[in-house]
Amino acid sequence: MTLDISILIASVLASSPPILFAVLGETITEKAGVINLSLDGSMLLTALVGFVVALHTGSVLLGFCGAMAVGALIAWMIAFVSITLHQPQVATGFVLTLLSRDLAYVLGNPYAHVPGPQVSHTPIPGLFDLPIVGPILFDQNPVVYLSLLAIFLVWVYVDKTRPGLNLQGLGERPAAAFVRGVNVTVMRYVYTLVGGALVGLGGASFSLMVKPGWARPYGIEGTGWIALAIVIFGGWQPIRAGLGAYFFVALQTAASLLQSVMPNIPTQLFSTLPFPLMILTLLLVTLGNAEWTNRVLNHLPEGMRRFLIRTLKALRTVPPASLGAIFRKE
Amino acid sequence: MNPLEAKALNNWESHPSFVVRVFAILLALVFSAFVLLILGTSPLDAFALILSGAFGSLAKLAYVMTAWAPVLLCSAGLLVTFAAGVWNIGIEGQIIMGAVFATGLLQLLQDSLSPAAILVLAAFAGFMGGALWGMLAGALKLYGNVNEIFGGLGLNFIAGSLTVYLVLGPWKRPGIGSTSGTQPFPPSLWLPAFNGFQVSPIEVLLGLVAMALVTLALRGTHFGLKLRAIGKNLRAAFLKGIPLNQYMLLAFGLCGGLAGLAGWVLVVGTSARHNLFPLISSGYGFLAILVVLLTNLSALWSVPISFFFAVISMGSLQLALQRQLDSSLGGVIQGMLVLLVLVAKGFQSRILSRRER
Repeated sequence: MTLDISILIASVLASSPPILFAVLGETITEKAGVINLSLDGSMLLTALVGFVVALHTGSVLLGFCGAMAVGALIAWMIAFVSITLHQPQVATGFVLTLLSRDLAYVLGNPYAHVPGPQVSHTPIPGLFDLPIVGPILFDQNPVVYLSLLAIFLVWVYVDKTRPGLNLQGLGERPAAAFVRGVNVTVMRYVYTLVGGALVGLGGASFSLMVKPGWARPYGIEGTGWIALAIVIFGGWQPIRAGLGAYFFVALQTAASLLQSVMPNIPTQLFSTLPFPLMILTLLLVTLGNAEWTNRVLNHLPEGMRRFLIRTLKALRTVPPASLGAIFRKE
Repeated sequence: MNPLEAKALNNWESHPSFVVRVFAILLALVFSAFVLLILGTSPLDAFALILSGAFGSLAKLAYVMTAWAPVLLCSAGLLVTFAAGVWNIGIEGQIIMGAVFATGLLQLLQDSLSPAAILVLAAFAGFMGGALWGMLAGALKLYGNVNEIFGGLGLNFIAGSLTVYLVLGPWKRPGIGSTSGTQPFPPSLWLPAFNGFQVSPIEVLLGLVAMALVTLALRGTHFGLKLRAIGKNLRAAFLKGIPLNQYMLLAFGLCGGLAGLAGWVLVVGTSARHNLFPLISSGYGFLAILVVLLTNLSALWSVPISFFFAVISMGSLQLALQRQLDSSLGGVIQGMLVLLVLVAKGFQSRILSRRER
């Protein structure tokens, strides 16, 4: 079997926008101190909305807008119930996960296997025939270009601008941000909505690009949970989270390649392979926080201990200090 | 472990008043009616079909009760983990592992002991399977710092793929294996049911007894007292010298065990397919999470509400068959209910706290 490595990388880039946008959106939301747990349901519902709007209006762009609006609406519900009404955030997110999933299945029933529009392939003239980088970066569609740009833009905004620093303050020390004159409640709403809209963008890029159309089961189920885990793996850093998303899609691609090499093994097994990996990677990034690891490491020989401590430290991630906590002005 | 974590997840102090509950239920019905109108179905016709699908005949009522049993068992288990302030989202996987262990034991002993003895042993195996899977999620949280939501979810998917592997691999039917499941067990290994009313008193009683025992354990024993202290304030409980890790593991184990019993019911119960198949947990675990959220962790209310949810689930299955709708409609109604009760509760406490000022 011969494989062109650049085609392989290109296909990873082409199938990663759904999870990538969701990861970036959730990173922004959680940076502001809010957990939007609903990703697995809201990606499904926004995927349906994106497809249906595009089908009826004939405009893929309107499809994306509709999906982003619905993603923001679900996020608004979480913000309203948790920030304004002080109800448990995780409970609200969990209920909305199931509710949006079931709504998508019920409302999507008439649209199953209906052919519809999709994002058109748009090679960039003059660049797409370059060797190696051409097929990878410039022979894609606008959504893929946007997804690559989005990682960079979110990183610059969060880490390099003043509003971005204020955003980090919302999740780390909301009381301090409040004293500096930041309206914590309003800004948390804003970033939850922005994050939700990005999740919607992810959902629509699945139904209008990766797997055009609608069906039950649709093939995006479980992706939302993976995205939430990648946010943790990414340590709430846009670049690291983006790389995590690519790493995950690369694993999926590798699994489907393995499947064609080993036809005796049931296909369903390969599709669940990412989940044990998800637990393992989470274990790797959180082990450094557990107190017993240091105790055990102390018994190891000096060289090995230093290496392990360094590795765990490099992998270790720490959530925003006020993640999920309700802020009250006293 | 982050002490803030458990505190942030728990806000059960406020109980919505009766009027608020009724208002939320009516609003949920209005929203569901709206969804039905979008689909071009008459809401009144649909609600009537749901009710007749659940109560239309003795057989249908019996069918509802067979769905009620696993939800009751899981709700009882979740009362324990929620009391300890943790989210046991891995409950679906624990049901599956219960079913896997029960099936394994039934296959092993099928022809050696009396059917009653085998069924009892299988129930123990189911309990153990669920308990182990639950404690694994607990251990990942306590010793690996993996948030129980993600640990549990990952374990759900792993349990799911394990059943696929078993059904297509080592436990496949004679001849060709298919995802429809393992070879069904003979009727001697089914729970005994009434004639003409196809539900076994054993499965329903098991659920009710589990609920009663959990209530007693949480209210009237040192174990329950300490567990609730952990749920209320992790740091204070730690300072008081309560062995957190043991108690947490025990809570996960108990909840997983009860979910595993539900898995056993789904294999040997009356309306079961009497075999192991992928997705055997059928979302009953998540449904139980909704029940417990809706009742604000009240064991007493969880009994009728879980029955009500079983009615909606089974009734909407019938509706889906007759009107070419998707069976997830029941999930929409249930989700709306829980969401709106959360909203109503929030509004109520907001208004109350304004009056106090």
